[in-house]
Amino acid sequence: MQASRDSIIDIWGERSPYRGEWPVRVDQCTSEEPDHWVQSACVLCSNGCGIDIGVKNGRIVGVRGRKEDIVNFGRMGPKGLHGWVANNSKDRLTKPLIRENGKLREAGWDEAMNLIVQRSKEIIEKQTSLGIGFYTSGQLFLEEYYTLGVIGKAGLGTPHMDGNTRLCTATSAAALKASFGSDGQPGSYSDIDTTDCVLHFGHNIASQQTVLWMRILDRLAGPNPPKVVVIDPRETYTAQKATVHLAPKPGTNIPVMNGLLHLIITAGHINRAYIDAHTVGFEELEKIVTEWPPERVEKLSGVPAAKLREAARILGTTRSLVSTVLQGVYQSMQATAAAVQINNLHLVRGLIGSDGCGIYQMNGQPTAQNTRECGADGDLPAFRNWSNKEHVQQLAGLWNVELHKIPHWSPPTHAMQIWRFAEAGSIKMLWISGTNPAVSMPELSRIREILQKEDLFVVAQDAFMTETTKFADVVLPAAIWGEKTGCYTNVDRTVHISHKAVEPPGEARSDFDIFIDYSRRMGFKDKDGADLIKWNTPEEAFEAWKECTRGRPCDYTGMSYSKLTGGSGIQWPCNEKFPEGSHHLYTDGVFNTAADYCETYGHDLDTGAAVTQEEYKAIDPNGKAFLKGSDYIPPHEAPDEEYPLWLTTGRLVYHFHTRTKTGRSKELHEAAPDGYVQISEEDAAKYNIAEGDMIEVASRRGKIVEPAKIGGIGPGIVFVPFHYGYWDNEERPRAANELTITEWDAVSKQPHFKYAAVKISKTGGILDKIGEAIETIKEKFKPGET
Amino acid sequence: MHIGKYISLVHRTEIDLVKAFRLVADAHRDEVDVYQICMLLSSWSQSLSDDVQIFAEKYGEENDDEPDRLTQTLLKKARKGGMALLRDLHDLYLIVSEAEVCCAILQQGAAGLRDDALMLTCEEIERQSKRQLSWIYTRMRSAAPQTLIAAG
Repeated sequence: MQASRDSIIDIWGERSPYRGEWPVRVDQCTSEEPDHWVQSACVLCSNGCGIDIGVKNGRIVGVRGRKEDIVNFGRMGPKGLHGWVANNSKDRLTKPLIRENGKLREAGWDEAMNLIVQRSKEIIEKQTSLGIGFYTSGQLFLEEYYTLGVIGKAGLGTPHMDGNTRLCTATSAAALKASFGSDGQPGSYSDIDTTDCVLHFGHNIASQQTVLWMRILDRLAGPNPPKVVVIDPRETYTAQKATVHLAPKPGTNIPVMNGLLHLIITAGHINRAYIDAHTVGFEELEKIVTEWPPERVEKLSGVPAAKLREAARILGTTRSLVSTVLQGVYQSMQATAAAVQINNLHLVRGLIGSDGCGIYQMNGQPTAQNTRECGADGDLPAFRNWSNKEHVQQLAGLWNVELHKIPHWSPPTHAMQIWRFAEAGSIKMLWISGTNPAVSMPELSRIREILQKEDLFVVAQDAFMTETTKFADVVLPAAIWGEKTGCYTNVDRTVHISHKAVEPPGEARSDFDIFIDYSRRMGFKDKDGADLIKWNTPEEAFEAWKECTRGRPCDYTGMSYSKLTGGSGIQWPCNEKFPEGSHHLYTDGVFNTAADYCETYGHDLDTGAAVTQEEYKAIDPNGKAFLKGSDYIPPHEAPDEEYPLWLTTGRLVYHFHTRTKTGRSKELHEAAPDGYVQISEEDAAKYNIAEGDMIEVASRRGKIVEPAKIGGIGPGIVFVPFHYGYWDNEERPRAANELTITEWDAVSKQPHFKYAAVKISKTGGILDKIGEAIETIKEKFKPGET
Repeated sequence: MHIGKYISLVHRTEIDLVKAFRLVADAHRDEVDVYQICMLLSSWSQSLSDDVQIFAEKYGEENDDEPDRLTQTLLKKARKGGMALLRDLHDLYLIVSEAEVCCAILQQGAAGLRDDALMLTCEEIERQSKRQLSWIYTRMRSAAPQTLIAAG
C-alpha cells in the first residue's frame, strides 16, 4: 500500500497551521497506480470529505482527498484511507439467497423478488400494509432513500419506516426541531477557522471525525488558537487538548448543562437584545436552571464546582463559539433535553448564524442527513410536518396520490417501536437494508429472538453476510459506494456527488434498483394509473427530489448532477436566492418556527407528548426560536449492590459501525483487532485485575468477555467499544450490546447506549480455574457439613 | 362551606392516579416507554397529592359516600396485551380528566376565598394534568391503528 502517511500511527497527519486560510493537504492511499480517478465522497464517518476513487482495470485501487473540497481540502482520516479495500473483498455477496428448510441457498433475482412480493401481498391481504416494516440505514444514497420513502408512504402506505439513524442521529434532528422549528444544522465547518472557542459535548471528535479534528488542531497550531471545552466522562484524545475538561458521571448531562447556563445567566453574560428579538421561553428556562448552583451540580455529576465555573466563564465571555454534540448526549438519559441546552447556550448568547458561530448537532453516519431529509426515517420528506395536513397534501400532489394514502394519522413509527411490533407479532415482514441490527441494537439476545421468530419474514439487503443476514429469509446482494451513482449530505449540509467507479460484483444490484424493482413488481401506481415511481436513474430521482424540496429549508433546487461534478460539494439551501449554496442558516435570526412552515409542533421534553396543531397555533412563535428547559430525571438503571458499576459504550478511531468494511482492511483490523473493557486504576486494584486479563462483564441482560485495559477513565465506570460482533470471531460473547438496555429518549426515541449497571469479574485464566477448584474443594470439606 | 369536598376529591383522585399509573406501568412492562413514562407520571401525581394535603389540613377534607366514583370503576385490575394497553390508557385518560375537572372547580373556590397559595397549587395541578393527558393522548393515538387493524 502506497500512502501519503501511515495514518494508523499518525492519525491526523502533519500540522498545517491556520493562517488566514486552511491550507490544502492531499492525503492518498493506493495499492497500485490508478489509470483514472472518479469523483466521490467518503462514507466512513459523518464528516463527508470530498475524495476521488482510484480505478485500474475496472477495480478500485485507492483513494485520495479532493483538494478543492470545502470540507477537507484534500485531507483524509485512517478509516477513509483504508476502508475502500472492503469493496474488493472475496466474501462479497454476489447472488440473492433464499431460506429453504432452515438453510440459505442461492437463488435468482426473479425468484427472490417474487417471493418478497408474494409475502407482501399475503400480509397486506390479512393486515393491510401495517403488517410491513422497513429498517434502513445511514449508508444509502439520497436517491435511494427518497425512492424508498415514496414507496413506503405512497405505494404501500405504511408508517413503519425508520433507519438505524434512530440509533445515532435521531436526537440531532429532534434537538434542532425543538429549538429552531426544523432539522438543519445552523453552522458551517468553516466556523472552526475563525472561532474563539470550541465546545465538544459527549463527542470524541478526535476519534470520530478525524478530519474535522485536524481543522481544530490546525487552529490550535496557528496564531490566536481557540479555547477548547470538553464534556466527556473519559480522558479521550479530544479531552487531552482541552482548556477545561469536565468529566460528568453517566446520566448527568442535564445537571451539568443547567449548571453552566445558570452561571452564564447570573453572570449577566447573555445577549438580552437577541433574546428579546429572536426567542421565546427565556423566563421559564431561567427558572429551571436557577435550581442548579455549581455545588449541587458537583454533588450529582462529580464535576468540581470550580471547573464548572471556569467552563462557564469561557463559554460566557467568548465572542464566538462552535459547539459540537454527539453520542455522549444523544445516547444518554434526557438526550433531547440535553442537546437542546447547547442550542439554548448559543441563543442566549446570540452566537448563531454568523462566521465563527456554529452548532453541529453531529450525525453519526455519512448519509444520515438524507435518511432524515428524504422520509426514510420517522419524518416526512423535505422536513414536512406530518401533523400539518397542508404539508401532507403537498406530497400527495407531488406524487399524484390521494391524501389518505399517505399515513399521517400519527408520527411515523420509530425503529424501537417497529421492532416491538415485530416482537409482539403485528409486523410480519421486516425489510432491513444496509444495517446490522444483530450487533448494533441494544439488548442483542432480544434482537436475535425477534429475527428468528417463525412468523416474521426478514429481508436483509447487504454487501456481506453479517450477524443479521444469518437470520434472514431472503438476502439481497447490494452494490455499495463506488459501484453506483448518487448524492449524500454531511453534517454541515454539504451535498456531494459520488459517481459510479466500478461495476458491482457478481449479480449485486444497487439499493436504488432493488427498491424500484419491488415497486414495479408490486404494481404501485399513482391515482391516474401511471407508475408511482416515475424515475429510472439516480439523476432522474435527484431531479424529482429537487421538486420535493422546493421552498423548504433543505432546498436543493439550485443543484444538479453537473453542478455537483468537478468542484467542491455545495451547502444547501441552494436555490435561486443562494445559487452557490449557504454557509449559515438563520443569519437574520428568523427561524423555521412559523406554524405553517415548521417541521413539528414540538413535544414535552420529559414525556414526548406531542403538541397539537391547535395548541401550537395559539402560541405561534412565527420565526422566533424556542428556549426550552428541563429538570433532571435520574437514569432508569443505576449501579446497585449486585451490579455496582456504570457501563458506557462507544467508538474507536479505526472502526466504523460493526466493522463490515473496516474489519476487512488489514491495516484497520490490525490496528484494533478486538474489543476490550476499559476500567480505572482504582477498580483494577479493587478487583485484582491486570492489563490484558480476560474480564467478564455482566448486566441484567447478558454478558461479554473482554481483555482488560486499565486507565483513562474514572472509578466506577466501565467502557466497552461497540464495534465487535461475531462475523469474524465466534469464540466468545464480545458484542457490547449484549449488555445494553432496551429503552429510549422520550422525544427523539434514540436508545440509551451510554449507561447500564454492570458487574465485572476475572475469568478464563488457568489460575482462576485452579482457584475455583480449590474453592469447590473447600466447600465440600466445610466443617459440620458432610 | 364545602370547599373541603373538592379538596378531598382532588386529593383522592391524585392518590388514585399514583396507583393507576403504577398499575398500568406494571401491566405493560414490555412496552418500555409506557412503563417508564407511567412511572414518571405516577411520581408527578404523588407530588401533586402532597401539595393538596396541606390544604386538606387547612380546610378539612369532606368525604362522603360516593361508591360510584369514576376512579373506582376504572382500572380495577391489570390487563395484558395490545388491546388492553389501549383500554388502560383510555381509562387513565378519563381519571386524569376527572382530576382536571375537580381541580377546575376547586380553583374557582380558591379564587373566591382569595387563597393565593391554593390558587398556585391548583394552577400546578392543572398544568401537570394537561401534560399527563397530552402524553396519554399521544400514546393512545399512535397505538390505535396497529391495535385495531394489524394485531392478531
